[in-house]
Amino acid sequence: MIKDITIGQYFPGISPVHRMDPRVKIILTAVFIVMLFVADSIWGLIVGAAFTLVSFMISRIPLKLMFKSLKPILPIIIFTGVLNLFFIKSGDVYFHWKIFTITSEGVRTAIFMAVRIICLIIGTSLLTYTTSPIDLTDAIERLLSPLKKIKVPVHELAMMMTIALRFIPTLIEETDKIMSAQKARGADMETGSLMKRAKALIPILVPLFVSSFRRAEELALAMECRCYHGGEGRTRMKQLRMTVLDGYACFYTAAFFACVIAVNILI
Amino acid sequence: MDSFLKAENLTFSYINEIEEPPVKTQVLKNIDLEIGRGEFVAVLGHNGSGKSTLAKCFNAINIPESGNAYVDGINTRDEDKLLDIRQRVGMVFQNPDNQIVATIVEEDVAFALENMGVEPGEIRRRVDDALKTVGMYEYREHAVHKLSGGQKQRVAIAGIIAMRPDCILLDEPTAMLDPSGRAEVMKTIKMLNREKNVTIVLITHYMEEAAQADRVVVIDGGEIMMDGTPKQIFSQVQTIRNLGLDVPQVTELCFELRQHGVEISQDIITEDECVEALSKLLQTQR
Repeated sequence: MIKDITIGQYFPGISPVHRMDPRVKIILTAVFIVMLFVADSIWGLIVGAAFTLVSFMISRIPLKLMFKSLKPILPIIIFTGVLNLFFIKSGDVYFHWKIFTITSEGVRTAIFMAVRIICLIIGTSLLTYTTSPIDLTDAIERLLSPLKKIKVPVHELAMMMTIALRFIPTLIEETDKIMSAQKARGADMETGSLMKRAKALIPILVPLFVSSFRRAEELALAMECRCYHGGEGRTRMKQLRMTVLDGYACFYTAAFFACVIAVNILI
Repeated sequence: MDSFLKAENLTFSYINEIEEPPVKTQVLKNIDLEIGRGEFVAVLGHNGSGKSTLAKCFNAINIPESGNAYVDGINTRDEDKLLDIRQRVGMVFQNPDNQIVATIVEEDVAFALENMGVEPGEIRRRVDDALKTVGMYEYREHAVHKLSGGQKQRVAIAGIIAMRPDCILLDEPTAMLDPSGRAEVMKTIKMLNREKNVTIVLITHYMEEAAQADRVVVIDGGEIMMDGTPKQIFSQVQTIRNLGLDVPQVTELCFELRQHGVEISQDIITEDECVEALSKLLQTQR
């Protein structure tokens, strides 16, 4: 059951969004977030929502996944919605009962915030759905490379991320094994109070940590044997290349951004 | 045959600095060993005999305490030549999981080349070559953690041969594999030795694997106890046993038969030889 956990939620495909340069994707996602916050009227936000929807259609990610990504943040959306609904007291009063007042401004803000959060989540999860974790770390390394000048260890950070991603399945498998081993020795992990169950995790975590340290040592040795000596003078097999596709994507995003600004000015 | 790896009066100790005062354990004592270019050498010895330590002396992971280790005439103490030495002498470890760095097969094979600063087009060519050599080319875009043990170990070997080393040190590469995985890896190693003339130093616990080498070196207590062809070594069944090691099953069978008065040659180390000798024996008796 523990093996079902997926990290990075990458959904392989060959759509134009998948084929884009991951660097461009990251930058455009940032632009998209700015766009959502620039929009200050419901009409501007509709343009933003349209952008999200069209991008999703182009990526050919199943709609089911889109709803799945929204599920964990549903409580937050409802919570902010309810707060906005009841605590904004300006505008026409629609409903009044004891301390609860619903006003036109409240309804407007509640919807506005909910749509904004939904767009935000869908838009950003589109990035992780269409980009493999390795491409993502690679792109982050390259985007941050100017920071090397001020001595930020960009290469080392990216290498750490790559290794962490590489070892997630290995360590999950190992956790499974240790859990079975402890269960075979009579460990009880499913019953008892929260405190008791937390304590039952200790005999799993300790061997897991010990073995991870041993793995780390061996891996470091193996990396040394393969001439690893930091990021200096390192080349990459896969070069990131920007194509016409990325040009289109930039143009497409810019067009929507312009629309949002135009709506802002006109309304 | 010109010598490729050479140990000269080599001594090595591990120092445990956690203990107070620090405890020094001498692992290798005055080792003299010469391994020729293109040779296939198996190193035997029980756990803690110093065989892995010796292997690590040959790619400058361990620097000898006294004496010297040479790789193709380069002293491993020469720090400027460190990367050069590691590129010439690749090393494969026991646990395939702990030596694979990247998530995707081809990216892992490219790792060493990326470190060496090879230009991208050349990396691509060499990665494809290496994967074809070990027969893993169809798996180049697969996730590493979904492969079997034998396949992972072959990917690890591909990651080493992509560097185009002259020599590969293998530290019990088959210890964690099932019989079919073991056969895959042994086939690959032998092919590299025969066809690409790569010098192979194979550390192993499996006598059947050692029997396939050109030469067997037995290490015990940090000293070389025996050195010779597999036939020379394994025919001394009693000496090997005294060192806490086994001989190949067929050799043992013949040894026991001889003990019971059956006349059979004492230098039989492979199954085929054994079958032949036994059938000849049965025919003459009939």
